[in-house]
Amino acid sequence: MAELRMREALRDAMAEEMRRDEAVFVMGEDVGVFQGAFKVTEGLLDEFGERRVRDTPISENTIVGAGVGAAMNGLRPIVELMTVNFSLLALDQIVNHAAAIPYMFNGQARVPMVIRMPGGGGHQLGPTHSHSFEALYLQVPGLLVACPSTPADGKSLLKAAIRDPNPVVFIEHESLYGTKGEVPDDEDAEPLRFGEAAVRREGSDVTIVGVLKMAQVANQAAEKLASEHGVEAEVIDPRTLRPLDLDTILESVRKTNRAVIVEEGWPHGGVGANLSTLITEQAFDYLDAPVQRVTGADVHMPYSKRLEQAAIPHEEHVVSAALATLEGAR
Amino acid sequence: MADLPDAATCYELLARMALIRRFEEEAGRQYQRAKAGGFLHLAIGEEATIVGTTSVMRDEDFLIGTYRTHGHAIARGTEPQRVMAELFGRVDGTSGGRGGSMHIFDAEKRFMGGYGIVGGNLPLAAGLALASQYKGEDAVTVCMFGDGASNTGNFGETMNLAALWTLPVLFLVENNLYGMGTSVERHSAQTDLSKKAEGYGISGTRIDGMDVVEVREAVAEGLRAAREEQRPTVLEAFTYRYRGHSAADPEVYREREEVEEWQEKDPIESFAKCCVEADVLGEREVQQARDAADKEVKAAVEFAESSPEPPLETMYENLYAQTEPGGWYAVDERSPEPHRGDHQDEIPDAARELAEAGAAYAGQPTGDRPNPAMQGDVQEGVEERIEAPDRDVSPGEEDED
Repeated sequence: MAELRMREALRDAMAEEMRRDEAVFVMGEDVGVFQGAFKVTEGLLDEFGERRVRDTPISENTIVGAGVGAAMNGLRPIVELMTVNFSLLALDQIVNHAAAIPYMFNGQARVPMVIRMPGGGGHQLGPTHSHSFEALYLQVPGLLVACPSTPADGKSLLKAAIRDPNPVVFIEHESLYGTKGEVPDDEDAEPLRFGEAAVRREGSDVTIVGVLKMAQVANQAAEKLASEHGVEAEVIDPRTLRPLDLDTILESVRKTNRAVIVEEGWPHGGVGANLSTLITEQAFDYLDAPVQRVTGADVHMPYSKRLEQAAIPHEEHVVSAALATLEGAR
Repeated sequence: MADLPDAATCYELLARMALIRRFEEEAGRQYQRAKAGGFLHLAIGEEATIVGTTSVMRDEDFLIGTYRTHGHAIARGTEPQRVMAELFGRVDGTSGGRGGSMHIFDAEKRFMGGYGIVGGNLPLAAGLALASQYKGEDAVTVCMFGDGASNTGNFGETMNLAALWTLPVLFLVENNLYGMGTSVERHSAQTDLSKKAEGYGISGTRIDGMDVVEVREAVAEGLRAAREEQRPTVLEAFTYRYRGHSAADPEVYREREEVEEWQEKDPIESFAKCCVEADVLGEREVQQARDAADKEVKAAVEFAESSPEPPLETMYENLYAQTEPGGWYAVDERSPEPHRGDHQDEIPDAARELAEAGAAYAGQPTGDRPNPAMQGDVQEGVEERIEAPDRDVSPGEEDED
């Protein structure tokens, strides 16, 4: 085990896979000489050279499209988009091509590529650099969506994503890049499988599902629920949204009879809206209270530190939602 | 017309162009019979640009095109019957009925599609070429697109990337003078499209896209520059589609005289005439090429007619390359994965019944097609054809108006 920051864990994942497979290469804006806008690709240019670590012009749609074409011709591109908001410029290639090609050409072509993009609020980057589009990409059939919350998961899921034969939207959180965690050293270990949730904390009173950074917020909330309210929450980090490990979530809900879903994205048509419906469809008879959602505010991320922090879910919001599911039960 | 190649090559060029012409005429007819659905974009008139290009490409080279590419696939060697079956939405179609007219694809022939987003294929071409270069392979990617695509952001972005990374790609603009119904003068500030990539350091040449021999020679040079010098270039081929943009086009934007003027330069007639006059081919061989095309296209329709509809249980196939599925990939009543919680035992029957109920709507008349021009209020006769899907239309009806 080594203690690594998230950005180092992600970098190691790319480096290890590039050593393992010549077909893997990285391209994106400022990933080479500049070492990445968030320093995630630090050191890769030195080790692998310009052929495999390619600085690109600011041309998001074409960078992703070129990645799709390269993937169709046998390579395994990792495309870094500087923020999730910039990925909207590439939405055409992501949805109309990366996701659709395997299906619309009936399996004659595959698109084994990873599109990495950092998002989320907390750094006062304002309305065009801070959003959470997990729900947007979750909606698209043909894509896989990963949302790691710990350095160990980040490394393992990125390795799995690079080896996967499907296009993967790999969403990172800007506020998690500096967080540290234990990461296994073994380069040859089998990576995690997509579609396997992690139960971060066991509990019997309420199930809290936290996505991306909100998995950590859910953990903090659970501790507070235990110490201040005597409530034992079970915390689940789905780790990938598509495929989704619904079975683990349902199993927990059948035990606790209550569910709270925490995400940083917008409320309407969000991950929580979707998951809440799935839980209601699949485990209605087990629910003792309506499923609660904790989401980001329904606004474009404001710059002001006060407003921004007020727009992002914190542990107090999660505690409050969890207690709401328990109202009258205690 | 430039110097003719040898007789065997001339015959092959003529036969391939005639096959595409015949295929497209028949596709139009099958569309009128409502055997083919959606939008149908025919390349009648553009055959020399297509065949001139593919005739000098190597097997290992890639071709990527637009939504008007039945002919491109056939020129690359895809069996016409598989293209026709795709138009019919059948299992033996190039995409098993998933793609339709706008999304023809044949990996084996390195025809890489077939794309419905104007300009969307340019970045893909850069990526195909990048991968060939990365792997140290000799293959060149030929990217064909229309004049309208030169106005998209992808055009500028891809030209820049191709020049910057010296990618082995040839860009060929099939300039048929109109982006749908908007003429080049009305859609592009720079009407010399061969110059449009000069600012990115990519030189361009204008050629007569109605002259199959001229196209061959220009494309051969473009392939050579890409293969030997890793130097991308642009070719602007002037061509013309004799039919509307799609079958739903009332053609209010151009004069009948203009169409007739271009029909004088018919790429197939003019090439045949030239071959006969130069004594490279005889009248008999010209007729033989036409007869062979007739026969193959007739067989293609029979093949498509007899090919089965895609089974409903294949709905989700190839959405994901899946070895060991974990979790929910697709959440849907019709999902083949029985992740239906407490009710999952009841699902197989229920799912099949629901899928059948949905599929039953396929038997409804297609009078509610999405384009108002196809509702019969613009183009005389269309309404009648749509409402009587099985009514046969006499051959060549549209051309002889």
